[in-house]
Amino acid sequence: MESYALLLAATLNAGTVLAIAALGLLINEKAGIVNLGAEGMMLCAAVAGFATVVHTGSDWLGFAAGMGAGALLAGVFGVLVIWLNTNQYATGLALSLFGVGFSAFAGIRYVQEKLPERANFSFPVLGDVPLLGPAIFRQHPLVYLTIAFALGLIWFLYRTRAGLVLRSVGESPESAHALGYPVRRIRLAAVMAGGALCGLAGAYISVVYTPLWVEGMVAGKGWIALALTTFATWRPARILLGAYLFGGVTMLQFHMQGVGVDVPSQLLTMLPYVSTIVVLALISRNPAWIRVNMPASLGKPFFPGS
Amino acid sequence: MFKLEPRPQASKFWSYGSPLLALLITVLIGVALFIALGKDPVKGLQVFFWEPVKSPYALGELMVKATPLLVIALGLAVCFRSNVWNIGAEGQFIIGAVAAGGVALLAGKETGRWIVPVILLAGVAGGMVWAGITALLRDRFNASEILVSLMLVYVADMVLSFLVYGPWKDPTGYNFPQTRTFEAVTQIPRLMSGSRVSVGLLIALGGAAALWVFLFRTRAGFAQQVGGLAPAAARYAGFSSRKALWVALLTSGGAAGLAGALEVAGPIGQLTPYVPAGYGFAAIIVAFVGRLHPVGMVFSAVLMSMFYIGGELAQSRLGLPKSITGVFQGLLLFTLLACDTLIAYRLKFTGRAT
Repeated sequence: MESYALLLAATLNAGTVLAIAALGLLINEKAGIVNLGAEGMMLCAAVAGFATVVHTGSDWLGFAAGMGAGALLAGVFGVLVIWLNTNQYATGLALSLFGVGFSAFAGIRYVQEKLPERANFSFPVLGDVPLLGPAIFRQHPLVYLTIAFALGLIWFLYRTRAGLVLRSVGESPESAHALGYPVRRIRLAAVMAGGALCGLAGAYISVVYTPLWVEGMVAGKGWIALALTTFATWRPARILLGAYLFGGVTMLQFHMQGVGVDVPSQLLTMLPYVSTIVVLALISRNPAWIRVNMPASLGKPFFPGS
Repeated sequence: MFKLEPRPQASKFWSYGSPLLALLITVLIGVALFIALGKDPVKGLQVFFWEPVKSPYALGELMVKATPLLVIALGLAVCFRSNVWNIGAEGQFIIGAVAAGGVALLAGKETGRWIVPVILLAGVAGGMVWAGITALLRDRFNASEILVSLMLVYVADMVLSFLVYGPWKDPTGYNFPQTRTFEAVTQIPRLMSGSRVSVGLLIALGGAAALWVFLFRTRAGFAQQVGGLAPAAARYAGFSSRKALWVALLTSGGAAGLAGALEVAGPIGQLTPYVPAGYGFAAIIVAFVGRLHPVGMVFSAVLMSMFYIGGELAQSRLGLPKSITGVFQGLLLFTLLACDTLIAYRLKFTGRAT
């Protein structure tokens, strides 16, 4: 039983990484921009966050540094695709390739570093309940904040005027432009918000999830988060659910290795990637379903006055 | 400030000028980076742009690295020209290398030289199968080829890792995760003694010529590209987009697999977890910087090879991490995409801040 409680805790932890990144990517996709640079932003943010915590000892400063790094890179990407009309796929890819190289370059002196000791969080009373406590109530505060953020995002997107404007920019930039909304600036803001959240997810990986820095440590989580927005057909609640599901798949491999299931470790490591492919194929096979839910201008450039 | 004004016609000048301008900007950023890190920028430029070409031996090494990059990029050009986004060439390279390595391991002392073409074909087949998975899922299930091909890179990496840590591990290799070294007979023939350049270079250049003929002189090549430029026109003309998808992915997968075979049966000579060197990703940059044109890609493959060699030299001579290669490669693609704006748009100065 004890091991299942820990498995649940690890699932929440792993799911949080994917949830933060995918919710961020959802914001910029709702505004019509696909950012394939998620992996690169997360890697750079992971270095920025880790280095900040090494020097300051504060998780929260580390998260802030990660968010700043993500937003900055996303801003460069945004200016290129929104004002210079570069191809979104190619530019996002460039960001990912750059991020892989730059994070390895900048992070090299942190490879052997360890993070300073910090107190573990636990809810008073609830954290001491047997089984349930270690399973759910002793997570990093960011785990709970992510759930709150997802609820807030649902409210923002579907219950506020600003959320409506954001979605209209993604559905029909021409109409939003005709109504006098600054389509490009709104898109840039959405892209930078997405980058900041990808950055937060990256910093969470290197500061909390696996507290160290290794080259390429994001290991495809940025790409899985991109796939998650499609799985969830661009709905925040489904993203949260999907993220925990995938967190579970990721953790299942460690659990199976732990209890000594006789399967080569490489096959287990493949599991999250293979399940991403399978789920992606299953969800995408109904084109109507995708078309109804996908922001209509997703991936298409918008050039006012042309 | 300034604003962008659409040109009536794409600028021919900037379609050639943009990669050069992008390279210039990347070099300037590089110089700034060297100065910021307290390194002599002249020495920095030397290791990247002079050392790799200063002697016949260095030139040979330059070609050794340019060969796989060019082979992969040629295939990717077919993909990108047909608007198919295969970004998992790295995975197809790995599986090509695994298939070729599997054949090479079968060779014994008495095997004839016929094994070499078999190894190369096995590599092509391996890459095609791996890209075929992406094509199948795109064709039958409408799954994004970007995400599927990329996910398959991680899966391919694990396949290689499983084999070299498990069933294919060299029993006499002191438990290192690697296969035994292949028999000498499997070695891709070299062009001359004293250099590691192999017939792979000729295959790559022949491939570039073949691609030129296919793209610009055949009906099939034309049909292949129309779907990417104008899907509606392609449908009207009766060109099948499904066929274009399969051709694009199988061609690029086969090319990446061939590159994998050339690497393991050439410079590497065995399977290890370090077979994937990022060529599959760097080749994406080669393809774009070379304008998806066979001749352009020959030049950009050499340029990217310089970045690789320069990175290694920067590590040994200047004490900089080797990953500086990746920084410059990413920067080059970034600046290229930005400069490409000048092909379709004119910069117009408006004189006032907007």
